[in-house]
Amino acid sequence: MDAFILQILNGLDKGSAYALIALGLTLIFGTLGVVNFAHGALFMIGAFCAVTLSKLLSISYEVVDETQTDFLGNPLKVDVPYINGLLGPDLGGSVIEWAVPLSIIFSIPIMIVIGFVMERGLIKHFYKRPHADQILVTFGLAIVLQEIIKLWFGANPIPTPAPDALSGVANLGEWVGLQVPYPVWRIVYFCFSVLIIGGIFAFLQFTTFGMVVRAGMADRETVSMLGINIDRRFTIMFGIASAVAGLAGVMYAPINPPNYHMGMDFLVLSFVVVVVGGMGSLPGAVLAGFLLGILESFASTTWATTTIPGINQIIIYVVAIIVLLTRPRGLLGKKGVMED
Amino acid sequence: MLGLNKKDFSLLVIVTALTLLAPFFLNPFPTNSGLAQFNGGYPDLMQKFVIFGIFAVGFNILFGLTGYLSFGHAAFLGVGSYSCVWMFKLLGYNVLPGIALSIVTSGIFAFLIGVVSLRRSGIYFSILTLAFAQMSFALAYSVLSNPKFNLTNGETGLQVYANDPQWFHSASKPDLPHFFGFSMRATEKVQMGAWEFQFNAGYYLCAVFMILSVYLAIRIFRSPFGLMLRAVKSNQQRMNYTGLNARPYTLAAFVISGMYAGLAGGLLSAVDPLAGAERMQWTASGEVVLMTILGGAGTLIGPILGAGVIKYFENIFSKINDNVLHTWFSFMPDGLENFIVAIIHPFIGKGWHLTLGLLFMLVVIFLPGGLVEGGQRIGKLFRKKDDKVAAITKPAE
Repeated sequence: MDAFILQILNGLDKGSAYALIALGLTLIFGTLGVVNFAHGALFMIGAFCAVTLSKLLSISYEVVDETQTDFLGNPLKVDVPYINGLLGPDLGGSVIEWAVPLSIIFSIPIMIVIGFVMERGLIKHFYKRPHADQILVTFGLAIVLQEIIKLWFGANPIPTPAPDALSGVANLGEWVGLQVPYPVWRIVYFCFSVLIIGGIFAFLQFTTFGMVVRAGMADRETVSMLGINIDRRFTIMFGIASAVAGLAGVMYAPINPPNYHMGMDFLVLSFVVVVVGGMGSLPGAVLAGFLLGILESFASTTWATTTIPGINQIIIYVVAIIVLLTRPRGLLGKKGVMED
Repeated sequence: MLGLNKKDFSLLVIVTALTLLAPFFLNPFPTNSGLAQFNGGYPDLMQKFVIFGIFAVGFNILFGLTGYLSFGHAAFLGVGSYSCVWMFKLLGYNVLPGIALSIVTSGIFAFLIGVVSLRRSGIYFSILTLAFAQMSFALAYSVLSNPKFNLTNGETGLQVYANDPQWFHSASKPDLPHFFGFSMRATEKVQMGAWEFQFNAGYYLCAVFMILSVYLAIRIFRSPFGLMLRAVKSNQQRMNYTGLNARPYTLAAFVISGMYAGLAGGLLSAVDPLAGAERMQWTASGEVVLMTILGGAGTLIGPILGAGVIKYFENIFSKINDNVLHTWFSFMPDGLENFIVAIIHPFIGKGWHLTLGLLFMLVVIFLPGGLVEGGQRIGKLFRKKDDKVAAITKPAE
């Protein structure tokens, strides 16, 4: 029972990353009809926003500390972050420690701007061109973004720790007699992603803006004939989608030290997730994300890998192939989307 | 000639001449000059040109003609490589059975994947092929290399060991891949004045295969079968309404292009008998897409051009470093020199992928027909001028 719950938890936290990226992909696909291969790069840029902020905050200068000595007896030089001088050592120290959660605020405007620039500058010109061209140009863009990040930050993964208060191990379910030790940050990640997903759905469901966007997804022409500037709203949705990918990346940084190709690694799986969930279906993307995450984690148990060797490596693809062939529209796909 | 019309035949003759004389014109700079590093005429690189040329020509038969964008073609390349090395391990180092088997196995593999993937089209087809390729990559990397059933030798890569059976191997034959005694590594160096030209047996074997596959590609392009494939691309629905089933045609195209990829994989193993799983990764599939688009999808010569450009960039551009740049711009004042070197720095050496990505984006945005279209546009520009000149001069007579 404990192991069972542990696997579900494992699946949920990988699944939340899949679900967030797939949600963004689906938002872009559902509104603009563009297959965005650069979405993984946005995820990666988000993670590097966290890296950047934690580096910015810990920019420091050297001070000779008379009270401490090094092993030769000379006074020790100590690095003091500028922020300590600004906010005092206590507050400054904790700000540096909480760099990753703070990056959430830092990254949202950056990601939205990147999304706007991408949509207005490049993708706008590809609405009328075939899907293959869209795939190719965003694929090229992904390479470029990834190489720029590599140029700036190097090719090695950069460890970006979570704050101490959230980096321990929690024993879940103690009060019902279960022993499930689990890293706190992963639980935070799951809760965060549920929050974001809930936020997006609420935004689309309960605001006027969201209503117009949904109407535009259903029938773009009619909405624009009613005198609504649907293009502008779709651009904003692109910004939001890229912010979602970015946030997924920011919060993922402590789980896996960010490196320049993490976006590409996630991209392939997220596409599979989108297709399994059904192109253009937001609930489908989320459902498939969590489902495939959980399936993957169950396939990685020793029982599964000894029964069918290698099942953990291929389970997602096998499921995708089966779903695509038996339910061509995916789990929750709608009729009339991408059926040409 | 050879069942080709005049234009195609001259194309084939040009391709043949260029591939056979490549050691000469890829080495335009004297060996000791400062520009010698731009010479592409060494065996390693020339082999890559033709092998990836074959790969891209095959990919183009699928993507260029039918419009089905496969993101998993590297799987066939990998399967081809593995089967060729297995022939080395079992039969001995003669490359012919290895290459034959690699074409056959990748054909079968492509048939199996094609039957499933071609049930869907568009983006779904891309994702399906991607899924299959990633699956093969994961399997080759992990499961198929367990001690009981070691098909791929995992991370190390499949290679020939001393205790392999090699039934037809004898002491008189070279201990390297060979073609009836001609070692693939045998290189004849010819000194001509300041130039040194290298003629490599492996390269010429690959070159012959490439000429054959280009010939086959031309025949396919001009055949009724090729016309059917174009019909699939331009309007599959209308094709269905006229009572034609597109599936057998697309499947045939898929298998053929898979066999091309298998041939390329086999040749890769033939020139270097080590097959690794990373050849099957989806980035490798992306690379052949880049080659085809860059050169010009749907054209005969484009994919070879694209493969050449990308492999040249990969090998030559990535070797240029800051020191080389400093020597180039040393005639400038120091400040300006450092400034220019700092600007160019991100695009060379390890950063050549950035150049590649930018180049690729520019091509997709402005030249959807690739380099071939670019060439045609430039050609048209000149021809128009000529026409104008002719039009102006004629009345004067």
